[in-house]
Amino acid sequence: MYYAVTIATLITMALALRRALLGPTIYDRLLAANMFGTKTVLLLSVVAFLYGRPDFLDLALAYAMINFIGVIAVLEFTRERADSGGAPDNAGE
Amino acid sequence: MIVLFGIFLLALMVISALAIVRSENLFSAVILTSIFSLLMAANFFLLDAADVALTEAAIGAGISTVLFLGALALTGEHERGGSKNRLLALGVVTITTLIVIYATFDKPRLGDPDAPVHQHVGPWYLEKTPELIDIPNAVTAVLASFRGYDTLGEVFVVFTAGIGVLFLLSARTTRRTEDLQANHETHQGLRHYLVPRVVGRMLIPFIFLFGLYVQFHGDYGPGGGFQAGAIVAASVILYALLEGEAQALRALPMRVLKGLVAGGALLYGAVGVAGMLLGGNFLDYSVLASDPITGQHIGIILIELGVGITVTGVLLCVFHAFAARGKV
Amino acid sequence: MTMAIDILSWVLLTAGGVFVFIGGLGALRMPNLYTRMHAASLTDTMGAVLVIGGIMLQAGLTLATLKLAAILLFLLITSPTASNALASAAILSGLQPEEGKVERRKRQE
Repeated sequence: MYYAVTIATLITMALALRRALLGPTIYDRLLAANMFGTKTVLLLSVVAFLYGRPDFLDLALAYAMINFIGVIAVLEFTRERADSGGAPDNAGE
Repeated sequence: MIVLFGIFLLALMVISALAIVRSENLFSAVILTSIFSLLMAANFFLLDAADVALTEAAIGAGISTVLFLGALALTGEHERGGSKNRLLALGVVTITTLIVIYATFDKPRLGDPDAPVHQHVGPWYLEKTPELIDIPNAVTAVLASFRGYDTLGEVFVVFTAGIGVLFLLSARTTRRTEDLQANHETHQGLRHYLVPRVVGRMLIPFIFLFGLYVQFHGDYGPGGGFQAGAIVAASVILYALLEGEAQALRALPMRVLKGLVAGGALLYGAVGVAGMLLGGNFLDYSVLASDPITGQHIGIILIELGVGITVTGVLLCVFHAFAARGKV
Repeated sequence: MTMAIDILSWVLLTAGGVFVFIGGLGALRMPNLYTRMHAASLTDTMGAVLVIGGIMLQAGLTLATLKLAAILLFLLITSPTASNALASAAILSGLQPEEGKVERRKRQE
């Protein structure tokens, strides 16, 4: 049963990556990156259990923190850029 | 089965690397780089290398993203046009790729117990760690005690990198700090975002506490000085993002940060010299206490503390150097 | 008794996996940023609660359960906050949702 959850998480990571590659605005990509981070936390928790090494759960906690800080950092920098007169709906590619 | 997961993650990494190279907007390239770092860290985790995975996550996915964004805030956001010498670059890359692929034909298989790297020093370290040092995490034992001199070099490399960045970027920092404190009504961090501010302020002490846990728990599980320094720096960076640059500089001024940068490396060197003064060699921890194993424990805790202090100081100095030069 | 715990944790893990997959599918196929945010953030949190809850039941009363509880608490607090911050940033930067418009309230500070 752990394998099923791992496979579901990996497939969702692939879907989130597709959204990060496609997303027209920067907020789509940021949404995908945030989702990617939480899926990585889930993947690590399940695989730490599969391996039978519960000390690896510290890594999952660290990733959750880093993911949050990364999202807040990107938002701060886009806000600063929008305040100083950039285009509102941007990052097209 | 785990091998299949690893291959799947590697395929995702290749896709995201191609996307990073081909994207023209540098903001999206930075976000894709953080996704790439997370994939790399997950791969390290699947290969059972927990310390490296923690370091890659803390520094690659977290701090590097913040620093790249700080650099992007200073420069433009779109990539300038490509260069003309495409053919030469393509030729060089193709030849190098072929040489590297040819070199991998000689590599031993993954996890092969007869590989040369598992024959000489590796088993000796694994045997002698319970006997000489007696801590459960063999990686910390090798890093901090058996190869302590190399780790001293690493700390000094981090220290030098911090000094280099400060030389290049802080030509106007002192004037900026007064400007920041003068206009502190106009730039308030994420002032209008009430929910992230409240939640973030509540979480900062816990992230700091987790950083201290990773620092001192490095003997028993994954952790150590480098990861802990990155996590503590991340908590202070979160404070700076939410409350504004001026508040963060008031909480931890630049002189304190520069003191931390130098102090950590000094602590490491002092432990080494103390070993010499007490009759052993440089960085010999066994003479630091009456019982050699206790001496090793004391030595490892002190030098990991030195590493953590230096890494925190350098990351925060670099962050402030970028952020203080931005459009405030 | 252990059979009941096993079945319960199996159900939780499967439900969590289903939620996670639905979230990924929704984030890919929804038409607009805001609708994608609905899909991604709700299923993120719910999937995390179910999966980590399932693992916690399997772990019994050990240190690992406490660590998993800490991870769960952290995800419950930060994941909705990050979505809120993302949505605020998108609105404040001028990206309008398609049905109906949101008025920007200028706050005097």
